[in-house]
Amino acid sequence: MPLPGPLKNLLRGQGRSSASGGGSPPARFRRGDPKVPEIVTTRRSRALEEFFLDIRGQSGLTLLDLGGVSQENVNFITNLGHRLYSENFLQILEETFGPEDTVDHSNPGRIEFFLRQALDYPEAYFDGVLLWDSLEYLAPALLEAVVARVRRIAREKGQMLAFFESDDKLARVPCYTFRILELSSLQLTQHGTRPAVQLFNNRGLEKLFGEFKSVKFFLTRERLREVLVRV
Amino acid sequence: MSSMPSARSDADTRSGMASIGKAVKIVGQIFSKEDLYVDGDLEGTVELLEHKLTVGPNGNIHAGVKAREVVALGTIQGNVEAADRIEIRKDARLVGDIRTARIFIEDGAYFKGSIDIIKPEPRVAVKPQPAAPPPAPAAPPVVAAPPK
Repeated sequence: MPLPGPLKNLLRGQGRSSASGGGSPPARFRRGDPKVPEIVTTRRSRALEEFFLDIRGQSGLTLLDLGGVSQENVNFITNLGHRLYSENFLQILEETFGPEDTVDHSNPGRIEFFLRQALDYPEAYFDGVLLWDSLEYLAPALLEAVVARVRRIAREKGQMLAFFESDDKLARVPCYTFRILELSSLQLTQHGTRPAVQLFNNRGLEKLFGEFKSVKFFLTRERLREVLVRV
Repeated sequence: MSSMPSARSDADTRSGMASIGKAVKIVGQIFSKEDLYVDGDLEGTVELLEHKLTVGPNGNIHAGVKAREVVALGTIQGNVEAADRIEIRKDARLVGDIRTARIFIEDGAYFKGSIDIIKPEPRVAVKPQPAAPPPAPAAPPVVAAPPK
């Protein structure tokens, strides 16, 4: 049943996850659908540039890339002299909660299992975390748990980079693989679309990252909202 | 270390190297002084410091690996140290920490772990020493003229 008035578009997608169990869980995205041609674009990213300029002159840092491993990201980060940890966060998400959302994102047991699979690292371990768009796929309970865990495993003064779809009129949003080409240049490979789980506006993101030291927004000409968060 | 030779059709690609076929499982330590192709199951440790380890598409290694070069087409679960390079091919799966001078990852490969690139120490160029000049010829002895 649609919500009335200004809350009409608050929850997008055909289904929505809910702690009270109302409604069906959101449909999972499917990456790599062979019937959907990949769309590759290149764009400038100010948040990415600022993320790496902040650590310029330093080497031997430890960074976490949650977008899965790619030659470009490995080359860029290791050429700067840093150690790179790589996780395929979204693949683990599908393996944990099922490609068809067979398990609700608010299931506490599954959340804990997911965190052990995807983010099982010591506290204060990473100098930087590249979240890319991975947070967009998470329902509220899981999102909160993931953000709390990422905050724990990042070092003080470390940074996190996250992207969010900013166009709230879309029924389905594209999902991407992000490859770093240069300091401020990204290659985005779109692998189809998926229904977003919840609306992210600036206020919502400020609340989401309220426990962090600072949150910086970068608006882009494309539909992505770039967010740089300092621990 | 070598096992029974694998299928003839693979012989060309693996000529000149030891081979562990897909029906073989080994638990223990392997030290090799030649290139090694593993298409079976292996648990323990694998050391080929001067040589290349290839994990075939059916290969499943649960072991720490040290080699000059590692090519993964199958599965490796364990830390991998390769002095020269590591290749992770499209359908390969590597879970563990990597230390190497160079790494190549195909799209579609699965990797979970850390990557440390260790650049080899640059060789110190030894400047050739200039050839020492030949010794000056000895001066002829001076003979005093006899008195008149």
